[in-house]
Amino acid sequence: MSPISRREFVVAGVAAGAGLAVGFYLPHGKTGTDRGSFSPNAYLRITPDNKITIVVARSEMGQGVRTALPMILAEELEADWKQIEIEQAGASTLYGDQTTGGSASVRTTWDPMRKAGAAAREMLISAAALTWGVSRSACSAQSGNVVHAASNRRLSYGELAGKAATLPIPSDVTLKQAKDYKIVGLRLARVDTPSKVKGEAGFGIDFRMPGMKYAVLSRCPTIGGKVVSFDDKESKKNSAVSYVGKISDAAVAVVSNSVWGAMEGRRLLSVNWDEGPNKDLNTAAVMESLKQTATKKGVSLYSVGDVAKAKGRRITAEYQLPFMAHAPMEPGNCTANYSATGCELWAPTQVPQDCRDSVAQAVGLDSDRVKVNVTLMGGGFGRRLEHDYAVEAALVSKAIGGPVKVIWTREDDMRFSTYRPASLHQMSAVLDGAGWPVAFTHRIIAPSISGQKGQPVPGGVDPDLPDEAAFVYGMENVLIESVIAETPVPLGWMRSVYALQAGFASESFIDELAAAAGKDPLEYRLHMLAKDQDIQYFTTTWHTARMRGVLQLAAEKAEWKKPLPPGRFRGIACFGCFSSYMAEVVEISMENATPRVHRVVAAVDCGQIVNPSIVEQQIPGGIVYGLSNALRAKITIDKGRVVQGNFDDYAPLRMEETPMVEVYAVPSTEVPTGIGEPSVPPLAPALCNAIYAATKKRIRALPILS
Amino acid sequence: MADFIVRVNGSEKKVSVSPETPLLWVLRDTLELTGTKFGCGAGFCGACTVHVEGEPIRSCSTPVSQIAGKNVTTIEGLGANGLHVLQQAWIAEEVPQCGYCQTGQIMTAAALLSKTPHPSDDQITQAMNGNLCRCGTYERIRKAIHRASAPAAAPGGTR
Repeated sequence: MSPISRREFVVAGVAAGAGLAVGFYLPHGKTGTDRGSFSPNAYLRITPDNKITIVVARSEMGQGVRTALPMILAEELEADWKQIEIEQAGASTLYGDQTTGGSASVRTTWDPMRKAGAAAREMLISAAALTWGVSRSACSAQSGNVVHAASNRRLSYGELAGKAATLPIPSDVTLKQAKDYKIVGLRLARVDTPSKVKGEAGFGIDFRMPGMKYAVLSRCPTIGGKVVSFDDKESKKNSAVSYVGKISDAAVAVVSNSVWGAMEGRRLLSVNWDEGPNKDLNTAAVMESLKQTATKKGVSLYSVGDVAKAKGRRITAEYQLPFMAHAPMEPGNCTANYSATGCELWAPTQVPQDCRDSVAQAVGLDSDRVKVNVTLMGGGFGRRLEHDYAVEAALVSKAIGGPVKVIWTREDDMRFSTYRPASLHQMSAVLDGAGWPVAFTHRIIAPSISGQKGQPVPGGVDPDLPDEAAFVYGMENVLIESVIAETPVPLGWMRSVYALQAGFASESFIDELAAAAGKDPLEYRLHMLAKDQDIQYFTTTWHTARMRGVLQLAAEKAEWKKPLPPGRFRGIACFGCFSSYMAEVVEISMENATPRVHRVVAAVDCGQIVNPSIVEQQIPGGIVYGLSNALRAKITIDKGRVVQGNFDDYAPLRMEETPMVEVYAVPSTEVPTGIGEPSVPPLAPALCNAIYAATKKRIRALPILS
Repeated sequence: MADFIVRVNGSEKKVSVSPETPLLWVLRDTLELTGTKFGCGAGFCGACTVHVEGEPIRSCSTPVSQIAGKNVTTIEGLGANGLHVLQQAWIAEEVPQCGYCQTGQIMTAAALLSKTPHPSDDQITQAMNGNLCRCGTYERIRKAIHRASAPAAAPGGTR
């Protein structure tokens, strides 16, 4: 397997517009073992008892894939939604890249799921026509049956499964038109809701198996440090502790028959650490190194005209953002059962295939000897794009020769995470005599997540930036540049990734320009979007008209032109990422020096909506996440260690700070685009722009309450 | 190690654990009641909320020795006859996203409704503010509590 980043592969697949071709049309292989069942491809199985099973090859972390993806297939299949059962795929070779990230699940499976359903539908129609001896064209698929209207005959898909399985799989199928959709676009209830309110849902942390032990790990507190030696005498006085051993350069595992026993064993463990090369590292040094890196030449991400030649009033500013932690509610965990012939994992993971391959390498097995079962996840937000929990579990299981669940505590999760990169943004613009911008420059100085992980950074461009740093305004001179910095702080992809940083800097700065020009921030943006224009940013074509659409929709619903009551202030921002367009209007009051957000009006254009209820979950969810980030999220480093440890010093938003969020979507039958992340980036700039409206103070560094 | 009798969801169980073991781990590891979640281990997030004698407590920070002989209710025992009215409301309002914190949210809300059957927005905020949700479902949680506390919600549900 090539070392290509899975995330990058997703992005490349989207870019090519091809979806995932790998593992799509699969021959039906096992006629001898499951006689009479119909499985024309790896996503679908219809059995004679009329059960229709749709396989979900993405991971459910709350974003609704177990509902939305089967809806897409069921639509083309002309199935009765009530018949559908859902099966979660583990790591497989049948579905292409199974990475769940980049707001990509719907957009990358839209074509394969539709084609899989349509091919099956056509085969079922053929099977019925053959059975009845009538022409195909006289038959139609309706709600889980094929119907011959002329003779009023019908056969269920289950009844047709056996015959359909003997037919050739069509290579070319006609897909339905949006006007004929019966399932896509409906507010269908999520399939995972009842189990989640009953406490029956199987998260990774809930998995158990006979003989399973529990492990927690003592990890070197300094970044890049190592274990020198350890003393487990006190740990082993605890009768519950069954094993203590070094499982990697930087970690010692403590194993017990209960989580508490393992935690207690770890508390009593004494480890002598080599603190390594970063023991004096602190946040100030990291930010200083970003400033040093800013003097280097950048790589152009997007360029039109010549920003250097623009004449007029020049305005510059610098923005900066800190490291942040994902902090999903379910702490890291994974269960592994290693034997000499194989290793099975039960993993809450966004990257089952990466877990499989990394575990195989770590424990010395071939990849096809590692089986990865994907559990539900208590949030992901990108944290579970890492395979660290899985590798640890496999190594501990190998060391003790039996099944074990590795659990991270909240402090482990906070201190040994992979963090959203800190970044610096150098902004520069030139305004003409009327105050309109004629040149815009944005230099993004940040470390590369993929680069740090040893993955390709083609042309010196971090592979995430093509999805996350577009400049969707029409202007004659624009330069968006990336300068890659280095940092030893472990980096990860956190919800909306670089779009948060890029959007904050860009949309705050545009507000500065509007203020400098003495113009209304909405009018200022609309001026730059006035002309219909396509903007090609890497492989995505953005349309100013669609951005204008969301901006106008948000402004109209927020009644932007209507004066607010005294003490209330508004800010606006728009941003495009993961191929979706998003605008937000934030309404605040100031209580002493602290903003209180009362209302957020959000407008999105994400193409065809598969399930509006899920969109209306994701957008407020992203806004609450974005508001946590904007107000307080900050990971700091001192003496080479992460300072924050729990929800007291890294405090997410609670109910009392949560604003009312209104969600509006532009009706669209365009190809569906991302929805899990795009509502995050506009929140911070819209909020800071509102704070400027209230106080005339410009916030150029997050978090706001630092 | 010591033996404790814990009365969970109406039945008595003998467990043999060290006295300082948090109730959370007794529920999850010993009694296999995994609906109660581990979130922070320090009482900041509320994912581990259960009722002891009807009061909401943080099971991650409550040693088992303190609850010996007391009545504990977990999410598994909340709806004595089918789904609790709050669980029904949670489904109707489509509250959960990842769902991990929701059992703790429901236990906190159930304790609120048992004392305050028709809470105001402020009372809901005050009661629920200790329960974190990283998916940001707070406003649907509020709606679901209002739904469950409305007079029409009572038939068919248990409280």
